[in-house]
Amino acid sequence: MQAKQLSVFIENREGRLDEVLAVIKSVNVNILSLSLADTSEYGLLRLIVSDPAAADAALKENGFSSMLTSVLVVRLDNKVGSLQDFLALLAKANINLEYMYGLTIEKGGKASLVIKASDLDIAADVLKNAGADLLSDEEIAKL
Amino acid sequence: MIWNEKMETMSREELTALQSERLVTTVKRVYENVPAYRAKMDAIGLKPEDIKGVEDLPKLPFTTKADLRDNYPFGLFAVPQDEIVRVHASSGTTGKPTVVGYTENDIKMWSECVARCMTMAGITKKDIVQVAYGYGLFTGGLGAHYGAEYMGATTVPMGTGNTQKLITLMKDFGATAIACTPSYLLHIAEVLKEGGDLDKIKLRAAVCGAEPWTEEMRHQIEETLGIAAHDIYGLSEVMGPGVACDCSYHKGLHVCEDHFIPEIISPTTLEPVKEGELGELVFTTITKEGLPLIRYRTRDLTSITYDKCECGRTTCRISRFKGRSDDMLIIRGVNVFPSQVEEALLHVDGVSPHYLIIVDRVNNLDTLEIMVEVDEKFFSDEIKGLEALSKKIAHSVQQMIGLNAKIKLVEPRTIERSMGKAVRVQDKRKLV
Repeated sequence: MQAKQLSVFIENREGRLDEVLAVIKSVNVNILSLSLADTSEYGLLRLIVSDPAAADAALKENGFSSMLTSVLVVRLDNKVGSLQDFLALLAKANINLEYMYGLTIEKGGKASLVIKASDLDIAADVLKNAGADLLSDEEIAKL
Repeated sequence: MIWNEKMETMSREELTALQSERLVTTVKRVYENVPAYRAKMDAIGLKPEDIKGVEDLPKLPFTTKADLRDNYPFGLFAVPQDEIVRVHASSGTTGKPTVVGYTENDIKMWSECVARCMTMAGITKKDIVQVAYGYGLFTGGLGAHYGAEYMGATTVPMGTGNTQKLITLMKDFGATAIACTPSYLLHIAEVLKEGGDLDKIKLRAAVCGAEPWTEEMRHQIEETLGIAAHDIYGLSEVMGPGVACDCSYHKGLHVCEDHFIPEIISPTTLEPVKEGELGELVFTTITKEGLPLIRYRTRDLTSITYDKCECGRTTCRISRFKGRSDDMLIIRGVNVFPSQVEEALLHVDGVSPHYLIIVDRVNNLDTLEIMVEVDEKFFSDEIKGLEALSKKIAHSVQQMIGLNAKIKLVEPRTIERSMGKAVRVQDKRKLV
């Protein structure tokens, strides 16, 4: 099960992140998590939001370069070693992680992670077979 | 010192007579041997015999870079290919380079002109000359090299790209003269200064060219290095470096007028302007065999004075260049047209045609930055994807113009759109 991540290209200059967030707010979309990868000249903002398609359309309308990317959102037990356990599964299957960031810690002690892997389909299978809990867009929207 | 006393100091009357005689021969020769010239003259009903002297020059049609492109590669050569002993090439406005060819006599004539220029800079056969222009298709390296050799100087073919080695040899050989671009010489001066090597060199003269520079830059070079720096001008279409150079009085660049007739025209009306007025420089070659050019529009803006110089030369002088009448940029001595950059960008899949070329000068070296809008079509959510895109663009630009450019990816619609002609270039260098 793959989820949709919103990616936005932003130049490193004052107020640019703020403008992106304002656009997302204007279409009443909630941000559940984000990660900002930066280089000396530009940044890549990656977001998990309540309605990725609506946010993407609004950003494009406002002149931003944005796109929807498939990622895996996996729910883990909030306990020592759980991240390592499942990363080991991916390594064994020769899957490379492109990037990863935390999503949220829910009530009941579950933590979620966003993962972009070299082969998302295989990664999803590997994790599912190991009994991992992968979240869908609908489930994410309800977080 | 004057290299060729006879040719450089003859009276204006004698010079005009010589130019007229050579012009008549040249026009006759191109009409007979170059179909493109014949067609141009026929189109306006001009016969070779209508040209009786320099006063008839304005009757002749102009030649432009487009003519060289249309007759690529050898179409404008006036001799059979087997008489051509060398070709050089420079940037065209698009992917195709401008190709020039030389006969054995042309190479001799070129060497003679460079020798005159080097003599104006005070260089003699006793000097050790480092040639630090690019060798290869560019005319700078081999042009200066042959000239220095022709005058009997000890010639060191340095080329460009290894400043440390150049400095080591400058010190070890006791090099006394150098030929390179003025910005490169300033850079060399800074490296020498930083290394505490300024008192370990014997340099005393420089002929700098291939890019426009200012009097301030000349003073800076002269003061830092304690040398005499001279401005050598040329363009590959006409010959290469050595078409003109300034003497020790630095009051304009003496044109080798027995080989090239200069004119100044208005770039808008194309009519000759009055003496001393600013306009576009036009050259007619009157001794070249391989690629004679009739009224070639250089696009360089300058003015001419025919007054006799204090140095004793009677040849006319062109003033420092005030810019270009087209959009050509000279970056690190390399001619670059924005249209070439555009073509290079279009070779990369998905790159939008919106770009901005930013040229600056940092530590006396030209920098080239190209801002390219990241279109959603080729946008990647991974940094390595974007970096790969930058590299691909940089490679394509390098292949096209031979220069390394820094590619800066920017957001869509951030490069200013202008009504009418788009602003593609920001030249931050202060040269004129």
